[in-house]
Amino acid sequence: MAIIELKDVTKSFGRVNALRGISIKIDAGEVHCLLGDNGAGKSTLIKILSGVHKPTQGQYEFDGKPVELSSPREALDMGIATVFQDLAMLPLMSITRNFFLGREPKKALGPVEVFDSGKASKITNEELNKIGIEIRDPDQAVGTLSGGERQAVAIARAVYFGARVLILDEPTSALGVKEAAVVLKYIVQAKTKGIGVIFITHNVHHAWAVGDTFTVLNRGSSYGTFKKAELTREKLLQMMAGGEELEELAVELDLIAKRDPSEVGKLEHRVAEELDRETHPKQ
Amino acid sequence: MAALRKVLVRPELGAVTAAIGVFVFFAIVAGSRGFLTTQGTVNYLEVGAEHGILAVSVALLMIAGEFDLSIGSMIGAAGMIIAIPVTKFGWPPWLAILVAFAFSLVVGYLNGWLVVRTRLPSFIITLASLYLLRGFTFGLTIALLNYTRASGMGAFLSGDPLVAIFSGAPLGLKISIWWWAGLTLVLGWVLFRTPYGNWIFAAGGDALAARNVGVPVARVKISLFMLTAATATLLATIQVIDTGSTDVLRGELAELEAIAAAVIGGNLLTGGYGSVLGATVGALILGMVQQGIFYTNIDTNWYKAVLGAMLLAAVLLNNYLRYQALRSR
Repeated sequence: MAIIELKDVTKSFGRVNALRGISIKIDAGEVHCLLGDNGAGKSTLIKILSGVHKPTQGQYEFDGKPVELSSPREALDMGIATVFQDLAMLPLMSITRNFFLGREPKKALGPVEVFDSGKASKITNEELNKIGIEIRDPDQAVGTLSGGERQAVAIARAVYFGARVLILDEPTSALGVKEAAVVLKYIVQAKTKGIGVIFITHNVHHAWAVGDTFTVLNRGSSYGTFKKAELTREKLLQMMAGGEELEELAVELDLIAKRDPSEVGKLEHRVAEELDRETHPKQ
Repeated sequence: MAALRKVLVRPELGAVTAAIGVFVFFAIVAGSRGFLTTQGTVNYLEVGAEHGILAVSVALLMIAGEFDLSIGSMIGAAGMIIAIPVTKFGWPPWLAILVAFAFSLVVGYLNGWLVVRTRLPSFIITLASLYLLRGFTFGLTIALLNYTRASGMGAFLSGDPLVAIFSGAPLGLKISIWWWAGLTLVLGWVLFRTPYGNWIFAAGGDALAARNVGVPVARVKISLFMLTAATATLLATIQVIDTGSTDVLRGELAELEAIAAAVIGGNLLTGGYGSVLGATVGALILGMVQQGIFYTNIDTNWYKAVLGAMLLAAVLLNNYLRYQALRSR
């Protein structure tokens, strides 16, 4: 059974529909890639999944039961952990403090509960070793880590706190090739632990490398969800760029490249017409 | 080496170094004129306490990413809230003190609530409260007393249960120094040893990221605005009881000196980094400079120029040290 299922979800901000009729399922132990160009609605969908926004219409089901999340914290408590791009870590705080932020281990000191920093440092060290990150000192600032390491620490944190669903928002987009590969490795590691991973990206190659299921968004709607077996990388690329539009564009680019004067002339005429129609719709 | 680096990346390192430098300077220049005597030491500790009581709470608020410019005006307001009812209406001092603290908590709450709700910079919100509080203090004091001063508290203080904890000089050190030390210990402990302290860092480091992992950022910030207002009232209470009088202008510019002390102590103006101990050392430096100049031949009016130069030097030094902290690995 799916851990999370969205049924026919629509999200509007005022009169703008950011998402229309999205249905999506996340199973345990799968990497579900969410693809789409900028403005396709990926961020809005993540925010709904992680409890930041409530859907305007449609249903959010968790373990088969409808839920209404009112905050990221509530989602987190249910085991839905989100690693936001650029916002995963606080650079001036230590790795340990970041790791346990919001869920600090406590010990009783007389009548008051205090932050158990010894235990926190020990666990942080262990968890980072498990995923193969060697740090000299868990008390060093997160700002001393590389971008890939920060994402890795954020993933390790979510896994440690028993995430059942891990939402990763563009975890590889700001990284170099090597670093991205490291993060992709952690995604696979999390999957083998039975975690359902939602991997948001606009990089088809990264998605193809680790994904089991693919959902492509375009301008707030879904092109549908596909298993890896039903797809090729080229098909995926095509869908991301808006399907036929890309094919047409390819032909057009070919024409321009060939510099066939007659064809280019026709093309220019058509583009001009189209532009005119868009700028003066009622004429 | 690792241990050395750990020391190097501490936020208060710059301040501690500067404090030693300032001490050595005045020990050489003014050592024979009384800077090194017990009385001299007590004097600069006392001045340091006036800055320090405010600076430790201002440091926490700054680490959480906010400012409170209204604490100077709060000192003036709280002083009058205590002095006028006692001297004019015959209230028992303990009642007036409790009312002053309650009032400060309400003001602090409103400051914090407005900042959190409007998302306007706290600089603007608390600048407004700076003028509002000072204006009301002025207007109401004139209306009630016809003067800008309230005096004669001394006659009402003996035997009051609350007055004892805000006056006197246990072991030869004024009560303000004890409060300063106590606040440093308690707030420093809260910052580094409790989950709440972790949240303070997070709220100032990146409020959105903190909220996303479940830190109650609004609650943290509002509570710290209440804390700064309360420490301003604490200082006002100690001063009113000590001198027996107060003035509507009491505490003017104290908010900026507290920020200066916190910044000299390595607290980052934009939040997310700093320490309570640093703010205390910063306040100690202000105290030593202010009193130290008095013991030299230098005209004490130069104090502000020294303060400005130190502030600039501190910011540059701390900037450099923070860069090192992020680079070291």
